[in-house]
Amino acid sequence: MGEVISLNDIHRAFIMGGQRFEALKGVSFRVAEGEFVAIMGASGSGKSTCMNILGCLDHPTSGDYLLDGLDVGRIAPDQLAAIRNRKLGFVFQGFNLLARTPAVENVELPLVYAGIPARERRRRALAALEQVSLAGKENNHSSQLSGGQQQRVAIARALVNEPAVILADEPTGNLDSATSEEIMALFTDLNRSGITIIMVTHEADVAACAGRRITFRDGLIIGDSQTSQTD
Amino acid sequence: MDLLQTLKIALRALRTNKMRSFLTMLGIIIGIAAVIAMMAVGAGARHVIAQQIASIGSNIILVIPGSTTSGGIRIGTGASQTLTSDDVKAIMAECPSVETAAPTVRSTAQVVFGNMNWSTIIMGSTPEMFDIREWPTISGRGFTRQDVDGAAKVCLLGQTVAENLFGAADPVGKVVRIKKVPFTVVGLLERKGQSPQGTDQDDVIFVPLTAAQRKLVGSQFPNTVGAVLVKAKGEELLDKAESEVQSLLDQRHRITGAKEPDYSTRNLSEILAVAEQSSRAMSLLLGAVASISLVVGGIGIMNIMLVSVTERTREIGIRMAIGARKGDILLQFMTEAVLLTMIGGLIGICIGAAGATVVSGILSWPTLISIESVAIAFFFSGAVGIFFGFYPARKAAGLNPIDALRYE
Repeated sequence: MGEVISLNDIHRAFIMGGQRFEALKGVSFRVAEGEFVAIMGASGSGKSTCMNILGCLDHPTSGDYLLDGLDVGRIAPDQLAAIRNRKLGFVFQGFNLLARTPAVENVELPLVYAGIPARERRRRALAALEQVSLAGKENNHSSQLSGGQQQRVAIARALVNEPAVILADEPTGNLDSATSEEIMALFTDLNRSGITIIMVTHEADVAACAGRRITFRDGLIIGDSQTSQTD
Repeated sequence: MDLLQTLKIALRALRTNKMRSFLTMLGIIIGIAAVIAMMAVGAGARHVIAQQIASIGSNIILVIPGSTTSGGIRIGTGASQTLTSDDVKAIMAECPSVETAAPTVRSTAQVVFGNMNWSTIIMGSTPEMFDIREWPTISGRGFTRQDVDGAAKVCLLGQTVAENLFGAADPVGKVVRIKKVPFTVVGLLERKGQSPQGTDQDDVIFVPLTAAQRKLVGSQFPNTVGAVLVKAKGEELLDKAESEVQSLLDQRHRITGAKEPDYSTRNLSEILAVAEQSSRAMSLLLGAVASISLVVGGIGIMNIMLVSVTERTREIGIRMAIGARKGDILLQFMTEAVLLTMIGGLIGICIGAAGATVVSGILSWPTLISIESVAIAFFFSGAVGIFFGFYPARKAAGLNPIDALRYE
């Protein structure tokens, strides 16, 4: 299988209060198509900075980042926006749906920015909602949906553009354990259907769903291991 | 991102805060309503002035008998009779810039037809009068040279007089009595409407100058005339014609050096220029009020848009993460601002138009709402939105997606 992500000696430094602070001190790893990777580490370990770079929201100070064969390390903000739009799907801890907006329009949003015509948008958004078992809820606003349902809408939104990778930042952090399991089951299903997933998490049992676990500490990777798949 | 979707998002954002959106619009509504009302009042005033200019006739100089001093007693302007028919003939013959001139003698009298009577102004004049005032007859005929030379007992009726004596019937051919003298009605004049001074120009009967002098106006000097209307050959020759008339009359009346002329001239367009100037001053005043209101309204919009950008920082972050470019965010907030001002503008146009209609109804001040004024107001409200929406929109577009996403 092909390589979707290739990070090579990534450094990211911030200047804070006149002091240089290195959040990433040379991180390299590759992710193959269809992998399910859990990224773990204490807060301040550099995993969030790494996710921002993976998500094309931030530039590395040095090092190379190839996403789906494209060198995205140093390109212009508007092109980065287009790459985020086409190659990546985001799932956040706090769902981050638009308030007072029906579920289906939330799911359509990436297609809006991709310039897909309205009819095609609606068709694909409904299909994505069905994929996350929310068929029939397309007109509900986020306030009319439970936390688990909101996260499903967010996952549908991440899926709708058929991205190369889904980046999930603690997607179960705001959910109770039963709902967490449902969401993790959904992620596992999506991964089995061939979608590449990279997920930041604190919880070991969540990470256990992933086929591979990368652990960060002090801006460096200290562990990268395949885990036995648990069903 | 297509415009329809942008509009939809902007409308939803405005609907979310209905009261706030309305209050923000209020400045624009007031400003645009003032602009529309101002333009309606200004255009109405100009329209009336243009009508009045047309009703008087163009390029006219009025020569009126001046004050005379006899035995130390000064008699007011127009009260004495210092102009004669010969003066008028001389003006027509010797002033190159003058197209024609018409003398008038004026009197008031009761006119009787059958059992009807009406008190009106009797105006003695010559055929030239009706050319100068551009005043045709709508039935019958006008005066001829023979009418004047022979002091014929014929008359032309103004519309008001005809209505009061004859109702709807055609007066031509009928005989009316003016100061007990029978006159045959030969023509009915077209309706003129109000003069700039507000008098009814149609409340008049014209008779030949000579007939008036001999039969109706009891003057001790038979050949004298009242006011003389002089028409210049063109608008640019108005001032020249006026000075030619003045020097001719000075010469004929032997007025030299410090001696005060026994007549005065008045250029009618000057009177109208004053009227126009005052309407323009009023427009300017309202315009100033309107533009201040628009600027204040615009600042209000900028203020609210800045608040909105801060409130929706997280939404902006989500949109950026999902693939919105800076331009998309900029366009979205600009659309919101422009929508706000344009809706305000539309409401303002309606209120301004309604206000102008009410004003014209109550104060009987004529108003005219033109398509251009509506278009200008609408365009202006949009421009205010673009101008004052740009800074907040640029601030939104310049947000860093990571910070925006993390914003609480």
